[in-house]
Amino acid sequence: MIIYVANRAIQFLLALIVASVVVFALMSILPGNAAQVALGTNATPDAVAALEAQYGLDQPPLIRYFNWVMGMLTGDFGTSYVTGAAITPVIVGSVQVTGILVIAAIFLAIVIAVPLGTFAALEQRNWIGVTISALSQIGIAVPNFLAAIILVIVFSLTLGWFPSQGWMAPVEGLGGFLIRLVLPVVSLALVQAAILTRYVRSAVLDVMREDYIRTARAKGLTRTKALFVHGLRNAAIPVITVAGVQLATLLVGAVIIEQIFVIPGIGSELVRAVANRDLVTVQGIVMVLVFLVLIINLIVDVLYPIVDPRIRNAS
Amino acid sequence: MKTSGIRTWMAAMVASSLFMAGCSAGASDSEGQAKKDSMTIAFTAEPVNLDFTSTSGIAIPEALMENVYESLVRVDGEGEIQPGLAQDWDVSEDRKTYTFHLQKGVKFSNGADLTSEDVKFSYERVQNDWKNALKSKMDIVDSIKAPDDLTVEISLKKPSNTWLFNLTSLVGAVFDTEGTDDLANKAIGTGPFAIEKFTRGQSIDFTARDDYWGETPGVKNVQFKYFQDAVSASNALKSGEIDVVSNLQAPELAGEFQSSDYQIISGTTNGEVVLSMNNAKGIFKDQKAREAVMHAIDRKAVLDTAWAGYGELIGSMVPPTDPYYEDLTGVWDYDPQKAKDLVREAGIEGETFAFTVPNLPYAKAISEIVSAQLKEVGLKADIETQEFPAVWLDKTFTEHKFDMSVINHAEPRDILTVFSNDYYIGYDDSKIKKIAEKADTGTEEEYVSGMKEIAKTITEDAASDFLFLFPNLVIAKSDVAGIPANRVSDAFRIADLSWN
Repeated sequence: MIIYVANRAIQFLLALIVASVVVFALMSILPGNAAQVALGTNATPDAVAALEAQYGLDQPPLIRYFNWVMGMLTGDFGTSYVTGAAITPVIVGSVQVTGILVIAAIFLAIVIAVPLGTFAALEQRNWIGVTISALSQIGIAVPNFLAAIILVIVFSLTLGWFPSQGWMAPVEGLGGFLIRLVLPVVSLALVQAAILTRYVRSAVLDVMREDYIRTARAKGLTRTKALFVHGLRNAAIPVITVAGVQLATLLVGAVIIEQIFVIPGIGSELVRAVANRDLVTVQGIVMVLVFLVLIINLIVDVLYPIVDPRIRNAS
Repeated sequence: MKTSGIRTWMAAMVASSLFMAGCSAGASDSEGQAKKDSMTIAFTAEPVNLDFTSTSGIAIPEALMENVYESLVRVDGEGEIQPGLAQDWDVSEDRKTYTFHLQKGVKFSNGADLTSEDVKFSYERVQNDWKNALKSKMDIVDSIKAPDDLTVEISLKKPSNTWLFNLTSLVGAVFDTEGTDDLANKAIGTGPFAIEKFTRGQSIDFTARDDYWGETPGVKNVQFKYFQDAVSASNALKSGEIDVVSNLQAPELAGEFQSSDYQIISGTTNGEVVLSMNNAKGIFKDQKAREAVMHAIDRKAVLDTAWAGYGELIGSMVPPTDPYYEDLTGVWDYDPQKAKDLVREAGIEGETFAFTVPNLPYAKAISEIVSAQLKEVGLKADIETQEFPAVWLDKTFTEHKFDMSVINHAEPRDILTVFSNDYYIGYDDSKIKKIAEKADTGTEEEYVSGMKEIAKTITEDAASDFLFLFPNLVIAKSDVAGIPANRVSDAFRIADLSWN
């Protein structure tokens, strides 16, 4: 078990280092000059050169890379070229916002998917099961942004129940925070719920065919009871994997949803920083996203042996 | 048992949505009561900070000029220069020295009194400390004196007609000598509003000042809200979350607001949408090739297709609000046959050229119809969409790797900048340089006639095709009053706004 976790941790660190090199290299070859963008269409070449020197853009790449990584290790992501402000607080603030969105969305997705998927499996020959399967198929085909647009048209423009955009921190008012959270979270969660429902359904179906369920039923348990007592834990493994992968997808999906709903999350920051060629900020945000995706994978990997003793023993 | 489970589940969902509906209904009720002293306006370009002395772009002056910061003079909706912090001014015989008499009783938002020292400090700071590229507009200033608290004497190196107008822009902003420590986050000015809260990339909250020297604004609290997406902005207007959409970036959405609940204002801006051609090298170095383009483009069709007909045909690099405006739309008529002949004469039939298009909504729409029209006369555009600003600024603007491009040049009175030698269009300005100098140093009449001549020369040289004037397309709730129809300066003045 310890070796297994150590193994995964080393993989995690290696991936992080490789990612930092790739991100830095990509940012360096990206067309567009940060100093030029900051100064706009009226800048003289002298002014651009002076600003480049001020940003340290004239230093060799290796030194810039080293400074950047050392800074991040001490929690300092540097200073933005464009705003002239420290990047770390910006990233911390926006990660919190996106974190709330993504966690609420995955939570909602699980809350919808687990009962629906289980139900669809138990009632697979019934019209209810068929309807759930069909609906989840449709749900998978609908991209997040389309779901968002439809939700806005129905619940904001037509019914007027929820605001069509905006964000409020929970400390500014819990009611305002919750009401603004609903549409973005639902548009993120619906698609994930649809995907997850199908996984839960097939996982439950697989489990139902297992010998131990038959044994349990032979001992007199009902189908549902056998599943709840013996089956769900086993069905959880593929579902945890998928939920982990989905959490990563949600981070990416949030970039678009944040644009539509004008939410100050990491996605909005990323888009803005890319457009302004605020390279230090882009690098920082991408590294944070990479870190989050990798850490989610690491957690999922570590969760396996806890949920399933067979993996624990095999490793 | 199973069905009852589903029922509980559904009941919970219905209950929670009802709860949410209740919340939102409550929210809009309280908004209704507070309405008369607050207003929310949507904008596209968001300020990255509050410091226009070191950061370029229109977003910061748009929010701050005339609202938080004021200049000695301002420009009104007709393009006329009006008193600002200076109640009046005298110009010396040689037209090199301006003596400004300041308004009395002006206070900065930090409580300090406005004195002539503040003006001297601010304008000297432009020359010495500013990093914004527009600072060169103050290069002409020779010396600034503050003989008493309410008098400022500014001497220029040579007479200039453009300088006083330039003062109406951000370089004219007057700061408190003690108020420039943290310009990026704290804006201290003499204007009618103070910034209550600035949430970067999201919004700016303004509050009207009780101790403002001028007229009291019509609305006490104004919020600027930033939307990168035009659809989100118009949705927010429809659902009542905002009151005004300033400069709608998707004119096709304007049709949805043609009802008595809304007003659609389409005025002028300083933004000339220029189909720029590389005059210095490539296929359009030859004037005949450029003339062919001028005859090949049906500008009315471009405006109708690309920007839903909102905007004005101008025919030159001058908007109608500039004193030297002249209707030059007739210089190059739409004549595809003539264009074909010119293409043949220039020997460029069937040639492919590089058309670099910034990824902005208007530019993309324009590029499609323009390339279709050019194809009709035997020119093939190789369209390359470039991300704006970064890639476009790099490849097209700085490296001049383009034959044709299209961009809205939004700066006020920018004809001489855009058509100078070292600008990306590569226009040979030897013909206009002397006229420009004479116009700037001459009398006001000489200025107007000189600038007219310049505009005409540039248009006749087919230096670029001036497709149309970008409209100031504002959509607002019908009971919003005081929205300026024309955008003549960078500033979006909120002091005149009120509720009917």
